[in-house]
Amino acid sequence: MKNFIPSVIGLTVLLWVAIGGAVEAAPAVDEIINRANLAAYYGGDDGRADVVMTITDSQKRTRTKEFVILRKDLKDGGEQNFYVYFKKPSDVRKMVFMVHKHIDRDDDRWMYLAKLDLVKRIAGSDKRTSFVGSNFFYEDVSGRGVEEDLHELVEETAKEYVLKNTPKNPDEVEFASYTVWIDKQTFLPVKAVYFDREGRKYRIVEALETKMIQGFPTVVKSRVQDLLSGGETVSDFNNVKYNLGLKEKIFTERYLRRPPKEVRK
Amino acid sequence: MTVISANNKKPRFLPVLLIGLLLLAPAIVNGGGLEDFQTGLSDNYRTEFNGFVEARGGSRLQTDPNQNDASIGELRMQLDLSSDFDWAILKFKGDLLGDLVTEEAEADLREFNLAFSPLEMMDVKLGRQVLTWGTGDLLFINDLFPKDWESFFIGRDDEYLKAPSDALKTSFFLDAFDLDLVYVPLFNGSVYIDGSRISYWSGMQGGVVGENFIFVDDERNRVFRDDEVHLRLAKNVSGLELGVYAYHGFWKTPEGVLMAGPKLFYPGMAVGGASLRTTMLGGITNLEIGYYDSLDDREGTDPLVRNSELRLLTGFERELARDLTGGFQYYLEYMQDYDEYEQTANPASMKDEFRHLLTVRLTKLLMNQNLRLSLFAYYSPSDEDGYLRPKFNYKVNDQLAIDGGLNWFFGAEEHTFFGQFEDASNIYAGIRWNF
Repeated sequence: MKNFIPSVIGLTVLLWVAIGGAVEAAPAVDEIINRANLAAYYGGDDGRADVVMTITDSQKRTRTKEFVILRKDLKDGGEQNFYVYFKKPSDVRKMVFMVHKHIDRDDDRWMYLAKLDLVKRIAGSDKRTSFVGSNFFYEDVSGRGVEEDLHELVEETAKEYVLKNTPKNPDEVEFASYTVWIDKQTFLPVKAVYFDREGRKYRIVEALETKMIQGFPTVVKSRVQDLLSGGETVSDFNNVKYNLGLKEKIFTERYLRRPPKEVRK
Repeated sequence: MTVISANNKKPRFLPVLLIGLLLLAPAIVNGGGLEDFQTGLSDNYRTEFNGFVEARGGSRLQTDPNQNDASIGELRMQLDLSSDFDWAILKFKGDLLGDLVTEEAEADLREFNLAFSPLEMMDVKLGRQVLTWGTGDLLFINDLFPKDWESFFIGRDDEYLKAPSDALKTSFFLDAFDLDLVYVPLFNGSVYIDGSRISYWSGMQGGVVGENFIFVDDERNRVFRDDEVHLRLAKNVSGLELGVYAYHGFWKTPEGVLMAGPKLFYPGMAVGGASLRTTMLGGITNLEIGYYDSLDDREGTDPLVRNSELRLLTGFERELARDLTGGFQYYLEYMQDYDEYEQTANPASMKDEFRHLLTVRLTKLLMNQNLRLSLFAYYSPSDEDGYLRPKFNYKVNDQLAIDGGLNWFFGAEEHTFFGQFEDASNIYAGIRWNF
């Protein structure tokens, strides 16, 4: 009996440490989501990539878009600017698409049509529409606001956190929920599966290849599958670079009319 | 704008050009070699070489006694070259055109310019260039750069609505605002409807006239004296885009009549204006205003020169559903010194003091955005006339596209802006191979 009390204390402490440790091993859901958001969309202070998008329709016909994308973060997890300069196909060559991404209001979007020297402002309230005819949505390119869904940790595998995300305003989106797999090491989301209101799985976005580039975990090949139409889009990201020191002024009307050297290679 | 109207009225040249274009087309179609050539130029010389070959045809929907039944019939090849020298970009874009309606072969230089930045805060573009600013959608107030209305009305690609200017554009990017200054040493007028291809209302004849009555215009041809200055101040205040504009030059279409001749001429004009554009209610809204000061008739007493006007437009555009965008605009032309105008104008074809115009745009994207269906409609409740532009464009693959549409004019009277073109209503289709 002498040793009972210390044993109980010892056991309690052990249990406490074990439980506490477990709690620490799985960070709070908010933290996972925030870290995933930063890992996926805010690597470095800025970045660039040459993107080749291969769009395959339900009849297996393919079309290719090539563009350069520049990004600059104004605040980690907050406002960002994007500049997309099209190189192919030939009919959209030199077209520029620019976004000032906001958190608390609709993004500002512009399109520059070189043939007409026209700077067009684009109405962009619906972010879940196709990006340049691909199976990617605008939101897949620039990120979905973490505040727009309720997040719930539904599973933890050896390598991934699995979260279920339910929209706060279901009328604004086409999905009822989506499940996302987040790499425990890098916090990169590696797969997302979307479910409609009937509970059917209809859309899969996944990272096919990731690399460490300048110390940032980076998706260099990704794919979207539209399970309803049978179409899919694969994006290859080449010449990815971070922290180029991109100036904020690149993301203004001046550089729509005169593409910066960063996209002219 | 035609630069070199090669061999006017010498149809013998035309077959040669057409055969040349036709021979080139299959070479391009089968051209794996072309792509290698393009890549080689780009990698070794930082020169991009692109273009297209296009065939386009169209017909009037009704007969015009003074015009051909074919509204458009042409084979066109565009070559686009741009070289990047790091310190500057040299750009060339030109079209070769075989026009079956006018039976002419033309070379049309669209762009030939050098763009560079002599200072960190300064850009310069010198040479032939296409220029656009302002906030209207197919309505222009402070954009006083030349337009090609003929191309627009007969179903050429939208690109051709903007005619090039031979200009020096200098832009300064200051902390307070951006300043654009465009100097055009020799006035560039718009391509207006002169009767050669589309008939128009002639006040002098008291009816619609066409090829039988093509007016000569008195060209502005004194370099540095018949010049134009365009100026813009622009600022983006966290998404609110503000613009202030000024122009000194001439009316872009010949809005004056010289009794000697008689001939049309381009009276002097100065414009001051402003615009704003911002996001609102999930869409884009804009407001633009401009005062057209008719310098050769400031009192409005000269019946042979168009009076001064106040012009205003406001619009709203937003997504209505997925891949469906809708836009609406209201536009006003308010004639100054209307009393003076009334005293001398022909009562049969008198204009209103206020010309109201409404536009609607609907654009629907289908089939992975490869099919675009659109409708642009102008309607004037004061003139009781309008113009409908339904069209489609389908990208068959990354190179090949087909398009077609209608240009449908209607009006209660023959002398109103759109009403006069009723007999020019047409249907057209085109096929284009991009490389």
